[in-house]
Amino acid sequence: MQKVYIYKGFERFWHWSQAALIFFLALTGFEVHGSFSLFGYEQAVESHRFAAWMLLTLIAFSIFWHFTTGEWKQYIPTFSKLQAQIRYYTLGIFKGEPHPTRKSVRNKLNPLQALTYLGFKLVMAPLLVITGLVYMYYRSIDANDMVIVSDIPLNVIAFLHTLGAYLILMFAIIHIYMTTTGETPTSNIKAMLTGYENLEEDEPEENLYESEFSDIPKK
Amino acid sequence: MKKVVLSVIAITIGILILLHIAYKPPLPNLGELKLKQEFAIKPEPDVDHSLFPELQKTFKTPQEVTEACIECHNQRHKEVIASSHWNWERISYVEGRGIASMGKSNVLNNYCIGASSNEQACAKCHIGFGMSDDHFDFENARNVDCMVCHDNSEEYIKGASMAGYPDRSVNLTKVAQSVGRPQSINCGACHFYSGGGNNVKHGDLEEALLATTREVDVHMAANGINMTCVDCHSAEDHNIKGKLYSVSSSDQNRLTCDHCHTSTPHMDRNLDLHTSKVACQTCHIPTYAKVNPTKMEWRWSEAGKLKEGKPYHETDTVTGAETYMSIKGSFVWETNVEPEYYWFNGHATHYILGDQVNSIPIQINSLLGSATDRNAKIYPVKVHRGDQIYDIDNNMLVQPKLWAAEKGDSAYWKDFNWDLAAEAGMKRVGLPYSGNYKFVNTEMYWPVNHMVAPKEEALSCEECHRREDSRLAGLDNFYMPGRDSNAGLDLIGKLLLIAALAGVVLHGLGRIVASIKNKEVETREINTEL
Repeated sequence: MQKVYIYKGFERFWHWSQAALIFFLALTGFEVHGSFSLFGYEQAVESHRFAAWMLLTLIAFSIFWHFTTGEWKQYIPTFSKLQAQIRYYTLGIFKGEPHPTRKSVRNKLNPLQALTYLGFKLVMAPLLVITGLVYMYYRSIDANDMVIVSDIPLNVIAFLHTLGAYLILMFAIIHIYMTTTGETPTSNIKAMLTGYENLEEDEPEENLYESEFSDIPKK
Repeated sequence: MKKVVLSVIAITIGILILLHIAYKPPLPNLGELKLKQEFAIKPEPDVDHSLFPELQKTFKTPQEVTEACIECHNQRHKEVIASSHWNWERISYVEGRGIASMGKSNVLNNYCIGASSNEQACAKCHIGFGMSDDHFDFENARNVDCMVCHDNSEEYIKGASMAGYPDRSVNLTKVAQSVGRPQSINCGACHFYSGGGNNVKHGDLEEALLATTREVDVHMAANGINMTCVDCHSAEDHNIKGKLYSVSSSDQNRLTCDHCHTSTPHMDRNLDLHTSKVACQTCHIPTYAKVNPTKMEWRWSEAGKLKEGKPYHETDTVTGAETYMSIKGSFVWETNVEPEYYWFNGHATHYILGDQVNSIPIQINSLLGSATDRNAKIYPVKVHRGDQIYDIDNNMLVQPKLWAAEKGDSAYWKDFNWDLAAEAGMKRVGLPYSGNYKFVNTEMYWPVNHMVAPKEEALSCEECHRREDSRLAGLDNFYMPGRDSNAGLDLIGKLLLIAALAGVVLHGLGRIVASIKNKEVETREINTEL
């Protein structure tokens, strides 16, 4: 076992600020939806919009980061060990079996994770972002000649946006729980906070990969 | 250590930047300030009529005063004669009816029903002299009553049941010498007291507005900008801006808030966007009839009860409002009323005398518009409900003759006989009466426009944007965030969340149990080795 710098500074900043924004957006969003009353409707609407813009900015930076660092490749789904991974979470984990896949700087995500996060990035996030933007800029025809999106009824936009919100909350619940399935229950969260995690020795080819980033500090 | 310090500094800077972006300092509303300044300077009269030699005489009849007015203002009577205040009717294109001439001669109301056959009394609110029946000469300029609108001495008052003539006590010379721009009481003399008493009809127009506070009406408040009616309801050639939808039907010459305030007055884009679908009045008039009660119900069917053969009336001991009158029936009064809300595009239809009744409650007038109508906005409305006399065989509402000077002239208010009153009234308007009557429910719609509250008291978002008890609960065919939701989606969404929570809890428990068991196995194995 070796302490490896696995999550870089921006990655951690992106992860935690996105997490905070998503929870804040859920809180204010469901108040706007009418599920409960907390901040007051006006405050909830204004905060929701403000946080939405912050999240959009963050997403823009994270897309840039993913493509310039090549990290986007982490999300390419592999199906070879997918079944083994599913078997592990449903059976093996109870029998104390070892993880079927090995975490490394190059392979941060197990096949099930990669597939789930890809779904998050390609389905859930775009669904929420697009419907959210249409919602934000939804105008109806009127004497003031404002921008028109009246071809799509608002109830359809609201339905899709709310659907996305429920899905992302469900994702969050499972995601948080799954962090406890690491080496120890807290090792994954600690890694996402500090950037360092105890991983098994990398194989030579992975060391080659790592040497491309020779500036990465090692402890 | 250095890293910790650096990251604390970075986070602090980040938070400060965010606070700076999020902080919106209160900006002065320059448009509003400009308006306030504009209306703070009250118009001064150009001339002092008391100095004119033409008016230094004793006027014996009100017509002499009108002649004196016309001597100088020698074209104005033509404008008055063209106005609806004079003609009591207006020609307009009405959807489904075509070109229609509508006014007090053929449109009914939900209070004293109609003016026809009752002109002697109703003409107290006609800007003319001598309208005692349906033979009034609408071409005779001598009968134009200039004083009722232009008296600035508060001396002038029209006599009760005098066909529009002034009360005998009025000093006409004093009135003639004091004329000027109409004051609120000139308008209010009719528009505050219509329907037989203060605030009976409108609910948002009443005598309290003559000396009020900002809490009641920000525009007319004595401790506010202290505006008069004609500051907004300005006139061009005696054609006064503004529509009263009890008799008007077309979206013309209307007066709306944005004439002064523009359609983007809020300094807040989210609020400004509401103005395309929500009338200003909806949020800014949370309640009406804020000082004195207004009539919400009027049941003619209860009229006619007598005590020892004589008519009587009962009053509410708290408000002093009449709750029963033998001549009129029973009333329900309310104070601080929350309006009802309707889509309204500026057009209205009316029940016109002789129309067949096709639904009950009969809509004396109805405001047109719907959620899908691009010109419609949500307006606050006073809905006045009641019942009226109806001819069963002819399937039409009845114009009864209510007023007469003496008994024995078929007037209901003297003889208390509906049959005679209906027969006389319908004969006058040239419609049949079968002799077979009953009372049917009626409704009348009055958009609420006055008693604008201070902005702090405007409706909050939650008053409408909420699941339960939304002020707009009765309006459908559009999606409103906070009020509306897809019940199926909410159910499935909640089930998904519960399933996810239950799943992770069970999975976690399973892992704990399994790890204990696995440990036991390990211990046993170790034990056996020993």
